[in-house]
Amino acid sequence: MAPKRIRSIKFELLSPREIRKMSVAKIITPDTYDDDGYPIDMGLMDQRLGVIDPGLRCKTCGGKIGECPGHFGHVELVAPVIHVGYAKLIGKLLNATCRNCGRILLPDKKRDEIVEEIERRRETGGDIEDLVKEVFAISSKTKECPHCGEQRVDIKFEKPTFYYENEHRLTPIDIRERLEKIPDEDLKAFGMDPASARPEWMVLTVLPVPPVNTRPSITLESGQRSEDDLTHKLVDIIRINQRFQENKEAGAPQLIIEDLWELLQYHVTTYLDNEVSGVPPARHRSGRPLKTLSQRLKGKEGRFRGSLSGKRVNFSARTVISPDPNLSIGEVGVPKAIAEELTVPMYVSRYNLEEARKFILRTEHPKANYVIRPDGRRVKVTENNAEEVTEKLEPGWVVERQLMDGDVVLFNRQPSLHRMSIMAHEVRVLPYKTFRLNPAVCPPYNADFDGDEMNLHVPQSLEAQAEAKILMSVQEHILSPRFGGPIIGGIHDHISGLYLLTKGDNRFTKEEVMEIIKPLDVKKLPKPAYEIDGVKYWTGKQIFSLILPEGLNMTFKAEICRNCDVCKETECDIDAYVVIKNGVLEHGTVDEKAIGAFKGLVIDQIVRQYGTAAAKEFLDNTTRLAIRAIMHMGFSFGIDDEDIPPEAVRQIDEVMEEAKNEVANLVMAFKKGELDPLPGRTIEETLELRIMQSLGRARDRAGKIAGNYLGLNNSAVIMAISGARGSMLNLTQMAGCVGQQSVRGERIKRGYSGRSLTHFKRGELGAEARGFVRSSYKKGLNPLEFFFHAVGGREGLVDTAVRTSQSGYLQRRLINALQDLKIEYDGTVRDTKGAVVQFRYGDDGVDPSKSYRGKAIDVKRIVEEVLSGG
Amino acid sequence: MKIKLQEHILVPKHEILSKEEAEKVLTVLNIKKHQLPKIRKEDPIAKEIGAKVGDVIKITRNSLTAKEAVVYRVVVE
Repeated sequence: MAPKRIRSIKFELLSPREIRKMSVAKIITPDTYDDDGYPIDMGLMDQRLGVIDPGLRCKTCGGKIGECPGHFGHVELVAPVIHVGYAKLIGKLLNATCRNCGRILLPDKKRDEIVEEIERRRETGGDIEDLVKEVFAISSKTKECPHCGEQRVDIKFEKPTFYYENEHRLTPIDIRERLEKIPDEDLKAFGMDPASARPEWMVLTVLPVPPVNTRPSITLESGQRSEDDLTHKLVDIIRINQRFQENKEAGAPQLIIEDLWELLQYHVTTYLDNEVSGVPPARHRSGRPLKTLSQRLKGKEGRFRGSLSGKRVNFSARTVISPDPNLSIGEVGVPKAIAEELTVPMYVSRYNLEEARKFILRTEHPKANYVIRPDGRRVKVTENNAEEVTEKLEPGWVVERQLMDGDVVLFNRQPSLHRMSIMAHEVRVLPYKTFRLNPAVCPPYNADFDGDEMNLHVPQSLEAQAEAKILMSVQEHILSPRFGGPIIGGIHDHISGLYLLTKGDNRFTKEEVMEIIKPLDVKKLPKPAYEIDGVKYWTGKQIFSLILPEGLNMTFKAEICRNCDVCKETECDIDAYVVIKNGVLEHGTVDEKAIGAFKGLVIDQIVRQYGTAAAKEFLDNTTRLAIRAIMHMGFSFGIDDEDIPPEAVRQIDEVMEEAKNEVANLVMAFKKGELDPLPGRTIEETLELRIMQSLGRARDRAGKIAGNYLGLNNSAVIMAISGARGSMLNLTQMAGCVGQQSVRGERIKRGYSGRSLTHFKRGELGAEARGFVRSSYKKGLNPLEFFFHAVGGREGLVDTAVRTSQSGYLQRRLINALQDLKIEYDGTVRDTKGAVVQFRYGDDGVDPSKSYRGKAIDVKRIVEEVLSGG
Repeated sequence: MKIKLQEHILVPKHEILSKEEAEKVLTVLNIKKHQLPKIRKEDPIAKEIGAKVGDVIKITRNSLTAKEAVVYRVVVE
């Protein structure tokens, strides 16, 4: 059979006729089962509505469970009720049509024009919403019916389902009558298609009863049946409907009839939507609000977002992640317990028959869990039947083999914001219970190890495995499509380690070299750089050069570069001028700029020059070497690393004293009115700005003093300047002075009237009174400073919380809007209709992941290559 | 006083293409007119250059990535 294509989908209202036509059973009793647990005929569980009990057959179609699609029934409502979902539209229609003749409150000519315009726009695919809105607006403003001359009376719609005409309440019967009077031709002017949506169908006279498999009941352990929320709600509706009927027939007083009518309206309303404002939600006996029709569809866990757009999968695992620098970046450590549970199908052929047999016969780890026979039957492989199964095994069978080393799996961390959030890794089965990954792949996943969990999926077909390997491998994502630079690279200790190793002129004896390069696959050492008294010494730069590919030539300034006015190049005082010639690091220090994620120029160059496999190997070696190096040299950080000598403390005190005086002078000048306002500022703003400026300067000076006394060998300083972790600002705050706390970019002034805290005078403008924290974290904050610090910190927390939720929603909207766009072979970006969105992708047609940091070509590099005769 | 939009530095160059030119653009892109991005005939710039419904407008604007980028729009109501 040829596959069918859906050309279009049309939504219509169900007419009472249609509801009755599709109904297989008229439901009249609110009861579900009789005392024997047998479904009652004409009850809500009528057997004609479908089957939910295994073994039984449907009374309508004769299908078993799974075959029978379920069939609708219907309830005849004693009196019509408003459908809440259309209540607002009903109100609009009532106001836009005549109460007497039911015609649209527009002259025929005008109406025909509008109908024509709407049809024209429909054909051209234009928007009719604004036009229809306009029609409602004009017709609701007309005073007198142009057809019969009747005065228009404003109808007030009150949520959820009430309509008033001059204080007089309209019953659904009245409303239905009025809607019936609107002629088909007039409806078209409201953008409605009378064939598929007559307005009176928005007032329900018949209620469809969904099939039982829409609302299956569950049997509790106690053998008691528990009905679905929808069934509960339908029971309520039918019960009230019945009572209404009885009362009406018995000629009950109008008051009682009205009450029952309203009650019926309530039940139908909550059946359709249990979250209508102004209506108390219908509750379960336990007090839990019922989940009715609208609730099933709406929101994150609703039918659309929860069941159709998102689904749960098999062959997946989730656990906590932890680091292992000895794994390759392309590997993932999978706990044995998980590897024994997840399986990969082996399609048995002539060629792998023996291999498959071996898996079946094994009794531990890489063994077969199940075999699937050609007829689709699954057989669990046990020690008892292994022999038997191996004998029967032949091409055409499928063996479900446990996950083992070398298998391709997809590894994912939420939120999956970009394509690097799901990458293909090779499995390494390891002991213990966490997923292990090389810390260099943390940046693309944005993962850390403070309790993060990640998911793993096992592709089940050879095509999927091949596709994952070729397109999704970690190594294929070293260069990010976001900015055309490496997103995978050294972090933290990798950077500090190589910095320590390569900085300056470290010398290592052969024993030391061997210890450091033990995890590397190095066959030959270069000639030692020094030989003193017969002892050979190699430099750190030589050791690092071992992992650089041959033929690599690069020159750049390292992260530690101070941007001197005149660059001394290779004679740099701080060894910040990196020169790599033919794969040998001749000058300079390796730091974040060379191997860091996001920045790493060396990684970048290796990917472009030698390909992704070489880059992967380089990164593997980098992480191993760096960890060895940092362990060999020793690197630690403690509270006493923030100690600064008394001399420094004195200097900082001086700076602070100066700043305090400066602020006092500014305040004095302000009070005397001698302060000159900055352009475009009031005097008050000028004062604030000047104070912030001088306090900021004071903190920076304190930081500089602290930094100078800590020296370049301080581990915190090393981490900050090499780009491994932290910044000089962090250091300033730890050792020097925390600085001004702010709320919304201003000094803290909220709190009491005219002052931030009662410890100050009203209107005090000094540094302490407005949240300047003079102390350092090391020294400790006094209570007032601590309070201001908490105030500033809280703003930061709130900001991040708000930002994440907002950007998450923005991302969702963007993805929904852009998901079907595609770059065609002619370089244009088009949607599914073939309409052009961009005439050339990104104006220049450059793939950012193949670009050089967003630019189409790296001119500097080309010049360098040409000059060096490459 | 009526200002000329085209003279504003932030307004890119708009030109109406002749029938033949428009036809050529469509053939090169292998598309029908309705697949082009749209611009309203009431759009101030469309009014200024006197574009009629069905005209194809060529817009040449500065681009951060390609220095200069050309896009086409079809005038609609």
